[in-house]
Amino acid sequence: MNVLALDHAAVAVGGRTIWADVTLRVAAGEFVAVLGPNGVGKSTLLKAALGLVPTAAGRITVLGGAPGEQNARVGYLPQRRSFDPSARIRGVDIVRLGLDGDRWGLPLPGGQTARAARERVAEVIDLVGAAGYAGRPIGQCSGGEQQRLLIAQALIRRPDLLVLDEPLDSLDVTNQASVSALIRDVCRTQNVAVLLVAHDVNPILPYLDQVIYLAHGGALMGRPAEVITSETLSLLYGTPIDVLRDRNGRLVVVGQPDAHAEHDHR
Amino acid sequence: MSVAFSWNLVDDVQQLLSYHFMLNALRAGTIVAVVCGAIGYFMVLRRQSFVGHTLAVIGFPGAAGATWLGISTGFGYYGLCVAGALVIAMLPGAGRGGTGLGGAGEESAVVGTVQGFALACGFLFVTQYKGFLSGLTGLLFGTITGVSDTQVIVLLISGVCVLAVLAVGGRVLLFASVDPDVARARGVSVRLVGTGFLLLLAVAVAGASQITGSLLVFALLVAPAATAARLTARPGAGVVLSVTLAVAVTWLGEALAFFTPYPIGFWVTTLAFGAYVLATAAQTAAQRLGRRVVIA
Repeated sequence: MNVLALDHAAVAVGGRTIWADVTLRVAAGEFVAVLGPNGVGKSTLLKAALGLVPTAAGRITVLGGAPGEQNARVGYLPQRRSFDPSARIRGVDIVRLGLDGDRWGLPLPGGQTARAARERVAEVIDLVGAAGYAGRPIGQCSGGEQQRLLIAQALIRRPDLLVLDEPLDSLDVTNQASVSALIRDVCRTQNVAVLLVAHDVNPILPYLDQVIYLAHGGALMGRPAEVITSETLSLLYGTPIDVLRDRNGRLVVVGQPDAHAEHDHR
Repeated sequence: MSVAFSWNLVDDVQQLLSYHFMLNALRAGTIVAVVCGAIGYFMVLRRQSFVGHTLAVIGFPGAAGATWLGISTGFGYYGLCVAGALVIAMLPGAGRGGTGLGGAGEESAVVGTVQGFALACGFLFVTQYKGFLSGLTGLLFGTITGVSDTQVIVLLISGVCVLAVLAVGGRVLLFASVDPDVARARGVSVRLVGTGFLLLLAVAVAGASQITGSLLVFALLVAPAATAARLTARPGAGVVLSVTLAVAVTWLGEALAFFTPYPIGFWVTTLAFGAYVLATAAQTAAQRLGRRVVIA
């Protein structure tokens, strides 16, 4: 069953069409990257899937319903830089808000529900390996630590689809690799489909089942080996791009614009 | 009145409570402190201190206008603060505190403009009402003696309402403040929650202004919450600590004002400020110590 399906879908923001006639399928448990140059509507694709941006034409189906209908089963990590160093709230509180932050009523510390909630929070924090720093104010955690906590927050309701907007941005190379591996593990062991927007495809390239390339107001989807070729990428970006193989036979994309440009200013 | 401080504290408290105006001041002060401590915690978390300050200043023309028209200042405070909150919520780029803890507030310029206009109106009303100048100090800096029984009841009702709404919506408010993007994806109307919070803040500020005056509302609204945030990063503990501190500085401040010739606003503010300085020092020391331990 498809967790996400777009049929000739189009999205417009402020009267301007971002992309149109996009048809694609994401199956359960697949790891899919959304790639493309700046401003082509990668984040908009995620927002359209969440129902935060209306569909202008065609149809978008998420977990069998209209966008937004099944959001309780979707874990979302929005694009953001990081929490302010002075942010005085613990990582564990941020994770907990993902569980019941949208519920009205006075949260009482006693009782069965509260205990179950605490256990689930501890479980998911263990899953992402954040137990060592979840009790610290989140502003004092490093970028990689914050990203792990936010992934835990997105996972806490056992979603079927994880929607991650540039989770690797503003991380150093080591953390990019370890957070990528964490997302891959979560995808495989929890059988969660992952839709991940990335600037730089290299850290996640070995793990991908499918890639979606957005460019020129449309989209292209396929297996990495089919899409990630010098010809296709050069055409999509409108600038020469090389796809090389390293000594282990892994693909490496070279010359991809904007791959690192965003990391300098925050 | 002849009051004298002795080192027999039980005697002092009895002496203090024997005056009806002191009893009312303590009742009103306690209600205001509890409400301000709780709502202030969220205001500081949402980085909307400037909006809170502006709402307090907006209350000033309300009270001055009410005096000029010959009606109760309470109407002026509540009416204009709530109206001000609605206006701020509707202004583009304003009232959207909680753009995430990572984002910078963009609302200060808009809100500052409103604040300037409010002050100017208040001054106009004061000049229209001759012989009002002694009352002006009370409006701006508060007075210990002026609290009537009716005012205490009004404060109690409005305070209970604010706390009830906060208890029911506190968790959603926290979510929308700390993590608005995810909250929105989870179906929380972040904008509506923001407006609701401004209204609660307005009611709290209007109540507090009647006791502390428009300018010293901050002693109870910001300082205890900021102090609590220095001392704990747990939201529940933060609210409790903020309320406790606000009540403590209010009681102490009122007692000090009773036994000394200095005004209540000075005492409450000074105590709140002192607590904040101490908490900041404690936090800095703890961090230094922690770092040294890590290095060693």
